[in-house]
Amino acid sequence: MIRLATCSLCGCFGCHMSFLDMDEKLFDLVEKVEFDRSPFTDIKSVGKCDIGLIEGGLCNEENVEVVKAFRENCGILVAVGACAINGGIPSMRNHFPLEACLAEAYLDGIGIDHPQIPSDPELPRLLDKVMPVHEAVKIDYFLPGCPPPAEAFEVLLEALLKGEEPQLPTNLIHYD
Amino acid sequence: MKTIHLDGHEIPFEDGQTVMDCALAADKPIAHLCHLPGYTPYGSCRLCTVKIDGRFSSACTQPAREGMQVESETEELKEMRLGILRMLFVEGNHYCPSCEKSGSCRLQHAAYNAGMLDPHYRPFYPKREMDASHPDILIDNDRCIFCALCVRASRDVDGKAVFDISGRGLATRLVVNSKSGLLVDTDISVEDKAVHVCPVGAILVKGRGFEVPIGMRLYD
Ligand code: SF4
Repeated sequence: MIRLATCSLCGCFGCHMSFLDMDEKLFDLVEKVEFDRSPFTDIKSVGKCDIGLIEGGLCNEENVEVVKAFRENCGILVAVGACAINGGIPSMRNHFPLEACLAEAYLDGIGIDHPQIPSDPELPRLLDKVMPVHEAVKIDYFLPGCPPPAEAFEVLLEALLKGEEPQLPTNLIHYD
Repeated sequence: MKTIHLDGHEIPFEDGQTVMDCALAADKPIAHLCHLPGYTPYGSCRLCTVKIDGRFSSACTQPAREGMQVESETEELKEMRLGILRMLFVEGNHYCPSCEKSGSCRLQHAAYNAGMLDPHYRPFYPKREMDASHPDILIDNDRCIFCALCVRASRDVDGKAVFDISGRGLATRLVVNSKSGLLVDTDISVEDKAVHVCPVGAILVKGRGFEVPIGMRLYD
């Protein structure tokens, strides 16, 4: 059995939804693959795996920790989707100072009742800028798209499961 | 008939034509962004870099000469084009999922054709101001690749000179020819050619966002 881990960092879970859009192909996949840490299993920490799929970019300290744990444990690491690859929509906050973003969300925004910036020590601290995952660890393959289409996941996994280099056809490359 | 050799094909040309002109006429297109047939060649994006008799040159600015040996679709040049595209992506802010030009964007299309899966470099996330002052036209400078097509269209076709490129290197920016620097204070109008030549989503007509459904856009 090939062990596969997935996670969503600073993303919207859209890539995971697109993964599930493989529909009936998932039946074939679970014959060959066992899920480790993933929102599909709710396992919280990553164990030794063959393949890791990273959705979302890096926006806080925990994201960096998770992606490093994935790198340590996964033989092949794939950045999945626009946010993991270039920061995506969340990186639009990079144009503003972090204080301004927090103020807008928790102090000055419309309809805020008890204005305060969350400071619970359990909350991971935000990074100054949202960054693609390849800024923290080496990434082996990239699957672009927002989200990548289900067929792109198929092409990727089919090749990786056979031990081949994934070759994404041009019609499956898109950035939106 | 005079000819050049492009990747082993013999391609006819007439005096005054560039390598790009005759390649396009022969339906052997060379990837390009800042070039548009009919406009004065500008040679800024370097995407059309080819090897002519062993030396690198931009196809859009190089006049065709009898017997030229032009290489374009070689591994070396494809690799260089991918590098140029990656740099263009990281130098600006290209958030494709939120851009209404997505799907009809020539930068995106060129990157798809080049098989670009990732930007490779660290994104700059430069801070650039948007000009939404004009009632009908929006400038989103995040996406400008400084191809100067709008500059040329405004000057040479519309006869207005609304735009120019100013600064050098990382400080390069698109400037608007008005005292305030805002588009609203120019004589640009929505019918102007300058509003419609932008290869990316930097100059947009307002009120038409996401008009064409996904799946039916120019390069879908
Ligand atoms: S606004 Fe568009 S047409 Fe003008 S220089 Fe920038 S990318 Fe080129």
